[in-house]
Amino acid sequence: MAQNLNMAIYHRRRLFNKALMALAWTAAVSGLAILGLILGTLLFRGVGGVSLDVFTQMTPPPGGEGGLLNAIYGSVAMTLLGTVLGTPVGVLAGTYMAEYGRNNWLTTIVRFINDILLSAPSIVIGLFVYEVVVKQMGHFSAWAGGAALALIVLPVVVRTTEDMLLLVPDGLREAASSLGSPRWLVISQVCYRAARAGMVTGVLLAVARVTGETAPLLFTALNNQFMSMDMNAPMANLPVVIFQFALSPYPEWQKLAWTGALLITLTVLALNIGARTLSSNKSQ
Amino acid sequence: MNQAASVASPTTTNSVTAGALRRHALWDTILRSATRSAAILVLLLLGGVIVTLIDGSWLAFKTFGFEFLVSDKWNPVTEKFGARAAIFGTVATSLIAMVIGIPVSIGIAIFLTELCPRSLRRPISTAIELLAGIPSIIYGIWGLFVLAPFLQAHVQPLLIDTFADVPVLSTLFSGPPYGIGILTAGLILSVMVLPYVTSVTRDVFETVPPVLKESAYGLGCTTWEVVSKIVLPFTRTGVIGGIMLGLGRALGETMAVTFVIGNAHRIPTSILAPGTTISATIANEFTEAESDLYTSSLVALGLLLFVITFIVLACARLLLLRLQKQAGK
Amino acid sequence: MTDSNPSAVTAKKPYLSPRDFEAHKRPLTEKVSVRNVDFYYGDYRALKSVTMPIYDRKVTALIGPSGCGKSTLLRIFNRMYDLYPKQRAEGEIIFEDKNLLDPKQDLNLLRARIGMVFQKPTPFPMSIYDNIAFGIRLYEKILKSELDDRVESALKRAALWDEVKDKLGQSGLGLSGGQQQRLCIARSIAVRPEVLLLDEPTSALDPIATAKVEELIYQLKSDYTICIVTHNMQQAARVADYTAFMYLGELIEFGETHQVFTKPTQSKTEDYITGRFG
Repeated sequence: MAQNLNMAIYHRRRLFNKALMALAWTAAVSGLAILGLILGTLLFRGVGGVSLDVFTQMTPPPGGEGGLLNAIYGSVAMTLLGTVLGTPVGVLAGTYMAEYGRNNWLTTIVRFINDILLSAPSIVIGLFVYEVVVKQMGHFSAWAGGAALALIVLPVVVRTTEDMLLLVPDGLREAASSLGSPRWLVISQVCYRAARAGMVTGVLLAVARVTGETAPLLFTALNNQFMSMDMNAPMANLPVVIFQFALSPYPEWQKLAWTGALLITLTVLALNIGARTLSSNKSQ
Repeated sequence: MNQAASVASPTTTNSVTAGALRRHALWDTILRSATRSAAILVLLLLGGVIVTLIDGSWLAFKTFGFEFLVSDKWNPVTEKFGARAAIFGTVATSLIAMVIGIPVSIGIAIFLTELCPRSLRRPISTAIELLAGIPSIIYGIWGLFVLAPFLQAHVQPLLIDTFADVPVLSTLFSGPPYGIGILTAGLILSVMVLPYVTSVTRDVFETVPPVLKESAYGLGCTTWEVVSKIVLPFTRTGVIGGIMLGLGRALGETMAVTFVIGNAHRIPTSILAPGTTISATIANEFTEAESDLYTSSLVALGLLLFVITFIVLACARLLLLRLQKQAGK
Repeated sequence: MTDSNPSAVTAKKPYLSPRDFEAHKRPLTEKVSVRNVDFYYGDYRALKSVTMPIYDRKVTALIGPSGCGKSTLLRIFNRMYDLYPKQRAEGEIIFEDKNLLDPKQDLNLLRARIGMVFQKPTPFPMSIYDNIAFGIRLYEKILKSELDDRVESALKRAALWDEVKDKLGQSGLGLSGGQQQRLCIARSIAVRPEVLLLDEPTSALDPIATAKVEELIYQLKSDYTICIVTHNMQQAARVADYTAFMYLGELIEFGETHQVFTKPTQSKTEDYITGRFG
């Protein structure tokens, strides 16, 4: 008899388990489905607009035909500027935290602050740069846009640099020191080499992150309908153009927005996958 | 010094070694101070953000005082500004995102650690994490052109009909199906927080010692029982940390929400209705703000957002930090 | 190694090679003198007033159970502990008439003169050639051809040249564990130190690689003063001229190796050597 009772409870438990595990399956499948759906939509609506014109023509006036050349140029220029400004500072700060000030008060605070900057709302970064750069200069500019992007690159690079340097075994540092090597050579010749793949991964991820950033550019670089190479003036960029064009009533603009969205997504995914491949090659 | 040098490298003259020593000492100092300055710069930047935002929002707080936080008026013409509608929208959309995102994320984490065939684990994890890589503007444009019309046509009418006779819920799901609105924004946000919560949850699930799980399975526990009785209690701190991290993201998310929230400065009773959030308000109106008071009010909103996310993220970090310390011991 | 040569010269040291014999004739001089050294990790006193000599061009082995302070002592000789906060040494270690614990001592120069090889092989993530050249370039400005010669002679000295001469440009990480360890020894001696510290250099190696490294140590002692920490008592008996037995941070016994192993004066030493604890 007792055995029957146990079986009843057991069946209920098993059923319950089955139901919940089915939900877990569903969750995973729907997560993947959404990724597929988003990528599918982008391909479906964006691929049609990809043509040579996209890369050779300027953004058109309302209702006209055109391309995204000025926006692509602006995005590349400001992403580069942001990376060039943010990476060295990030690498240096990460180096301090992992090499010189390991676990001292400064490192602990900087790590905490950096983690918060890492996930701080990017629109707040935009406001900050607006107040500090745009307001002081008196006008929107690509410099300001690049500075805003640099502030987003910075924490990513700090984090990965510190993490990757901490993975370098202390034995390697001791071995270099035991030859009489001064600290700066231990770091620059030995530790950086050992951590190189990981640090490059970090920079790639940071570039991927800023490539699609829109919010901080809205009121720093603003937008520009025309081709401008002047870093001291407002500059077009893909994300803001997509924002403006997608919300417009003109079909030509909307079509360009989808094409731009596809381009950005492919770039970002390629960077992400590249970074992953690099870091997994390293770990094997 | 020179005597030491001569023995260290007998083949070279002392002057070369002395020169090398001076050079090394110089570079050591340079690198050390450069890295230290960079670390301090990171600190100053955050301090700079806070000081700048306070400075920029001073006018708004001076003009409206505490009223700014509780008033739901937002009128650029009469220059009366209050943050309540935006705060409400931010909290409501994030709440929806969490209600949907947490169970799904934990489900995926369970799937990845307990159910998934080993060979699929990596590709599926990567795919979920790629969701985090997709720029938020893409979520926005997708939400506006794909999700919102779909919800408007199929889901929202169903919700309105189903809950028409249920008290409370009928108000929550009332009104015409706009497509865009609080619910749609919440849904998009739930997808966006998914990768963050999932990856932290999966990571902490993997820290559970296999022995612990095996002994539970050895007693005849089902997978769900092992997860709910062993894994979740063991990893509670970490999971909450991951959730807070996701919440921080949801609160501050701008572009995706701006596309689908509807941008209406009011506090709707129905979650199907348009509303606004702090970040969407700033994104939409900042470049159009003419007067100083208007700009200052928008910066004040930014400060609020920053303070809220700072607190949430700080809690998340502290929880995760405590976890790391435990693991370290 | 020692027992391969049958020529018994003295009763005290029954198996001496001719080279040993040469060395034996040289008067003993103290290369490094440890005087009343204490060492602290924070508040924990890891070494308790250790006093011992390290003789010139001899191999001195430090043995003892785990945690006895033998590695700690070794790492004081090149002040490796200075890399970490909250570690400090007190007392005197006289090297070339100067106390190397003196805070004014230039650490980089000190370490160039007192080389060290670690438990795990630590090849740098660069080519085999650059691994060796790294240390030479630090304090010497020499021509490429001379550098080539130095790299070659260091690799030859470490008995690695024949195995790597065709792949000097390849990464040092591609070598086997034993080769990596000999690369690290070559790297240390390329700097031409006077003292070589070996911290359990064979504990991560297989028996064949271990034999090669021991052979190497034996050959190096004609030019270098060597101090080796080892877990393996047979190894100490095989390679060392002098042996120090340490226990719980104290130096229990120091003497010629065969005396320590055959007629220890302290009962603790005897217990350890005969395997009663450890």
